[in-house]
Amino acid sequence: MTHTSVVDDVAVIAKRWNNTRGSLIMALHDLQSRHGYVPRESAMKLAKYMDVPLARIYEVLTFYNYFKLKPPGKHVVSVCMGTACYLKGAPGIYHDITKHLGIKSGETTPNGEFHLQIVRCIGCCGLAPVVTINEQLLAKMNPHDAVEHICQIKEGAEK
Amino acid sequence: MIHHSLEPPERTVNMVNAIINGVPVQVEQGTTILDAGHKVHVKIPTLCKHPDLDATAACGICIVRIKNTPKMLRACCTPIEDGMDITTEDPEIIQVRRSVLELILSKHPNQCLTCGRNQNCELQTLAADFNLVWDGLDNIVPQLPTDTSTLSIKLDPKKCITCGRCIQVCQEIQNVWALSFLQRGIETRIAPAGDINLADSPCVRCGQCSAHCPTGAIVEYDETEAVWSKLLDPHAYCVAQIAPAVRVAIGEAFGFEPGTNLTGKIYAALRRMGFKAVFDTNFGADLTIVEEASEFVERFTKGKSVLPLITSCCPAWVDFMEKFHGDMIPHFSTCKSPHAMVGALAKTYYAQKMKLNPAKIFMVSIMPCTAKKFEICRSKEMQASGFQDVDVSLTTRELARMIKQSGIDFITVPDDQPDHILGAYTGAGTIFGATGGVMEAALRTAYNLITGSNPPRFEFEVVRGLQGVKEGEINIVGTKVRVAVAHGLGNVEYVINKVREAKDKGAEMPYHFIEVMACPGGCVGGGGQPYGVTDVLRKARAKGLYHEDGSGLWRCSHQNPYVQQLYADFLEKPLSHKSESLLHTGYTNRPAYQK
Repeated sequence: MTHTSVVDDVAVIAKRWNNTRGSLIMALHDLQSRHGYVPRESAMKLAKYMDVPLARIYEVLTFYNYFKLKPPGKHVVSVCMGTACYLKGAPGIYHDITKHLGIKSGETTPNGEFHLQIVRCIGCCGLAPVVTINEQLLAKMNPHDAVEHICQIKEGAEK
Repeated sequence: MIHHSLEPPERTVNMVNAIINGVPVQVEQGTTILDAGHKVHVKIPTLCKHPDLDATAACGICIVRIKNTPKMLRACCTPIEDGMDITTEDPEIIQVRRSVLELILSKHPNQCLTCGRNQNCELQTLAADFNLVWDGLDNIVPQLPTDTSTLSIKLDPKKCITCGRCIQVCQEIQNVWALSFLQRGIETRIAPAGDINLADSPCVRCGQCSAHCPTGAIVEYDETEAVWSKLLDPHAYCVAQIAPAVRVAIGEAFGFEPGTNLTGKIYAALRRMGFKAVFDTNFGADLTIVEEASEFVERFTKGKSVLPLITSCCPAWVDFMEKFHGDMIPHFSTCKSPHAMVGALAKTYYAQKMKLNPAKIFMVSIMPCTAKKFEICRSKEMQASGFQDVDVSLTTRELARMIKQSGIDFITVPDDQPDHILGAYTGAGTIFGATGGVMEAALRTAYNLITGSNPPRFEFEVVRGLQGVKEGEINIVGTKVRVAVAHGLGNVEYVINKVREAKDKGAEMPYHFIEVMACPGGCVGGGGQPYGVTDVLRKARAKGLYHEDGSGLWRCSHQNPYVQQLYADFLEKPLSHKSESLLHTGYTNRPAYQK
């Protein structure tokens, strides 16, 4: 994406939300869905267009877990640590994935392929422990199988 | 405390009656339990609440018990109601407060002995008052880096108790928005947007965050070591100057009444510490006025350049203007601040008179200010003498520490004199330290420049006091001069916007002359002054300055015989080529964020 188109995006988003009170979060959602994260350059433009201090924007961005300040990995691996998954062995799954990928929750592999995150209950406790990779739900996981799924994606990428 | 509106809203006052610790109290409706307590000599402990700031109820140390209600309430944000029966201390309340402190200390570093706020820390005081025992605590301190990038203040987020005072001051009172709370819960921390360094943020280095921080999380950037080492250097010729507001505040660090004028003792202490000459920034203030009033009269009577003229002696304001109000640059006085003028003259005029090598002169300014630390190297004009004009700028707090280290009995040391050549001053120079003071001093001299005689009355009451914006019209023998004075950067926009509106409409300008000071109260409330500032202290310090002005022989800057001599021997006349090159500067638009 070129520099100009990023700037234009922000202007459009700001225009959409500028006259609605309390709409900063909505504008930030728009930015994130456009880019997968909120680039600093866009946040600065938004501050200008919406006449909101950049400090306030970052207060919001860092308060909510949902917003990302860095480009996310291509594949998002989420390990559920809700009560049921936790009791059914999610910590062991998480441990092995961190060892395999070499990153902790909230981090992205240096090659940008995988982003790892811990999430709370995703609403299917009967399938615990649960891991999701992108939109794919992996039920009744164990550490070995979870790592195996990640390996398959890696191999697929290499082919 | 600082009012944006100029007229107080009309209201009817309803009184409510309550009981605090068995003592009946009557207060205005809306008064908090905390404030009502003061009325009956009850002190409820606070940490997040500061008298300058709205209550945020962040810390919970001020909880009190109200009869017939099940839970304890926070005194800082609970308005008293008719018939309330309040208990502020009992064993259970004390235990809860102790728990609050224990939780705070559980993530606070145990570094009191080497902390910038040692023996002057609100958290440390409470920990002592409540008999906290460290042993029981499992201490987990977040590993966050210290930020000294501004070279004016030191931000150590490890010591932050997330009370939010600095953020309220930075965002609401100063409208700078350099500091913010990032993340939430246990991970909450204070930092500029996106974890950049403060020096890359909109921070204007006013230091009001440090003046309001209850702990050592934000303190001045200490440069006392650099000064000590120069004082020990036999090749260095150390000279010092003290700002107007320092003399009426430093006493607080030695147990004097706030506002006590200790000018003579400071001169004496500086000489004993080894400074070879002691100047007074008040002299520089007089010189600033002669230059600035000439600049004003030139613009006012001869239609040169643009009006209103805006004062430029406050470096935090200059920084703020360059970042947020760059369109006002043509209105800015080109005068440097008083201490910068004295710095430039010490290494030229003084060096020539005394036959000194200016390269060996080491100029130390003692200022109520943290922003001055940045100002001294903000642009190439700050090396007008061919060297850096001011080498180090210390805050009042740093000087107090140096005096204590040097073993001088400050309470009993006899008064001394300054070196008059750059140290004699008038009352007009003294009042620079209070909001409205620069305006008042300039009006006295402008009156003389326009009419040829001094004003019949030296006091211009309309520009005095702590109201956030002060507006007035001064009659100089039939010529009306409209002025505005703003202090606390959050009050600037009101004044600047009026100028912008008039410009847009092509209408007559609302003012001829505007004074702005970044800190509430002006320099007496500066970010480098002794801790614990409130309006009570601001008033007491300002009173000390106005008292000296009122009791002096000379009330107008142009009466200063040493300023007159400076022009006769060296500068020729105000706004001369030499004056312009040594005493004036320029401004440029700067981005609020460097990153």
